[in-house]
Amino acid sequence: MQLLEVKDLKTYFTTSKGKAKAVDGVSFTLDYGQCLGLVGESGCGKSTTVLSICQLLPKEGKVEGGQIFLEGVDYASMSEEEIKKHRWQDVSIIFQGAMNAFNPVKKVGWQIAEACILHQNMTKEQAWERAGDLFEMVGIARERVTQYPHEFSGGMKQRAMIAMALACSPKLIIGDEPTTALDVMIQAQILELLEKLRRELNMGMILITHDLSILSETCDKIAVMYAGKIAELGTVDDIFNHPMHPYTKRLLDCFPNIHSTERTIPDGIPGYPPNLTDPPEGCRFCPRCAEAIGRCSTEEPEFLQVGPQHFVSCHLCAKGGEQNG
Amino acid sequence: MAETMLEVKDLKVYFEMKKGFAQTLFGKPQILKAVDGVSFSIGRGEILSLVGESGSGKTTTGKAILQLAPVSGGSIRFEGEEMTEKKDLSEFRKKAQMIYQDPYQALNPRQYISDIVGEPLDVNGLVTTQEDRDRRIREALESAGLTPAEDYMYRRPFELSGGQRQRAAIAGSLIMKPEFVVADEPVSMLDASIRTGIVKMMLEERDRKGVAYLFITHDLSLAWLISDRIAIMYLGKIMEIGTADEIVRNPKHPYSRALLDIMPVPGKILTEKRKILQGETPNAGAVVVGCKFCGRCPEAMEICSKTEPENVEISPGHFVMCHKYAAKMTEAERQGGKHGNPETSE
Repeated sequence: MQLLEVKDLKTYFTTSKGKAKAVDGVSFTLDYGQCLGLVGESGCGKSTTVLSICQLLPKEGKVEGGQIFLEGVDYASMSEEEIKKHRWQDVSIIFQGAMNAFNPVKKVGWQIAEACILHQNMTKEQAWERAGDLFEMVGIARERVTQYPHEFSGGMKQRAMIAMALACSPKLIIGDEPTTALDVMIQAQILELLEKLRRELNMGMILITHDLSILSETCDKIAVMYAGKIAELGTVDDIFNHPMHPYTKRLLDCFPNIHSTERTIPDGIPGYPPNLTDPPEGCRFCPRCAEAIGRCSTEEPEFLQVGPQHFVSCHLCAKGGEQNG
Repeated sequence: MAETMLEVKDLKVYFEMKKGFAQTLFGKPQILKAVDGVSFSIGRGEILSLVGESGSGKTTTGKAILQLAPVSGGSIRFEGEEMTEKKDLSEFRKKAQMIYQDPYQALNPRQYISDIVGEPLDVNGLVTTQEDRDRRIREALESAGLTPAEDYMYRRPFELSGGQRQRAAIAGSLIMKPEFVVADEPVSMLDASIRTGIVKMMLEERDRKGVAYLFITHDLSLAWLISDRIAIMYLGKIMEIGTADEIVRNPKHPYSRALLDIMPVPGKILTEKRKILQGETPNAGAVVVGCKFCGRCPEAMEICSKTEPENVEISPGHFVMCHKYAAKMTEAERQGGKHGNPETSE
């Protein structure tokens, strides 16, 4: 059985200008011990996708369609009460702003112990003990459980956030831009730690980022999102070495490679992502796409399988597929 | 190298740390050495990148040059004129500008884009007629890539996306036709797809008008891509400085090498474990004897924790502050001396 299966997930936000289709028909699967990278520009629906999985959406947002199966249990149809039992035990999330995610007037260790007491019915002593164990697991000295957040550096707070996410031994851990606010060296340390923990605990992991370059070393699969849809989904090799979707190709070109011989400044992608309350007809990338053909602006492309684990949503690939097949 | 425009010598910026009441009365004030003896020069139309982790003093250096941070020592010469003691900075302010990191905070949310971009003109009294002002604002917006300018002039910041905001902020800096710009992480808050467009626009400005940039970034690959020279900073000191290619292809300082080692390579599946420096950058308020990097250096020697290394020029224009090379140099100098060639630079 798959650990996570997301089927045609649709999450819409109600805004004063109408419904914003933040996530519009996203499907993917994830196995135990696997890591999926969700990548895309800001506002493409990466965070909304995972917040829908955890049912942590703000009140304006609502899952309007689709299914989320975690170990065969449909999360999308659960009531808030039922979700509470599962949240943190099955799925936990490492939030983006490690700097601000802790309560500044409570001891870091207590904030972790609290999760254990609430979700695993531990006694206070057991919970403190568990917090200490978790601290060691993420590479912080055990004694520091009694310290307050302001005594921690940024990287250490992020480590403590990871410890908190691991508190109830979840099966799926989600990192929402876990390294964006950190220095390059700390970023490398944190990514290495996440990788190690994932292998040791055989957890599934979803890593959200806008930095494609860090994904090749940590992920098994990558989903490239654009304007609420998955443009391309495949293994790391598929995405980096055989990208099919024009957006993926352009996005890959945006990252300078320090090991290339020539210093050429990449072109970037002209234009800006579309407004999701009124997305363009047809393919959503069409207005920015250099390779667009006639029907791109009228017909929405299907999510086609082009390799064993490689899916693309583009008319050009559909045409190519027919020719090759 | 082109004519030197800015020369920074032994720049020091110290901050006194605020402590508790009892300590202010009886204790010694604790000094935080944000920038501790930094020297470099920038030529006309040159781009120098300052690369380092947070807390290394990159931003403070940039601000001190523009006289926006208190300078505790050293000299800053702009076009041959000493800036640290100068009272009237209005001429300098017109020539040197800054671009800030966060376009979400740098723009006044209540003002129109045209007023934000045009404010420097009003402050300096550079325009007399409304037509002239509008024309210059339009020019600045269009050179910053916000075309057509009419679409943006009467909008407020919240109506623009992050990339457009940063373009507007840059237009506000470039409207003064500066000769020197300190760009403090101008693209780090933006998406990769938008980043390069903004960087290209800044480079065009350099090519057309000869603007020199001090480009502050933590992204070594971006620094390599755009700059003529790179300086690697750590805890208020420049550890290594040289041409961009030299730093990236032939890094000498252990810290520069560590920074290069962790640069992710898109598409490469890692076969061997990369060497990641353990620990974190210590607090700049801590007193460090010897080399500032010594606590985290994988190649630290005994001498490193005792005496501070000197700046060694290992090839023309490539300076390293590390004992490893100091030792080699003295040897080489000694040998050079034997051959009757005791020539030393500076």
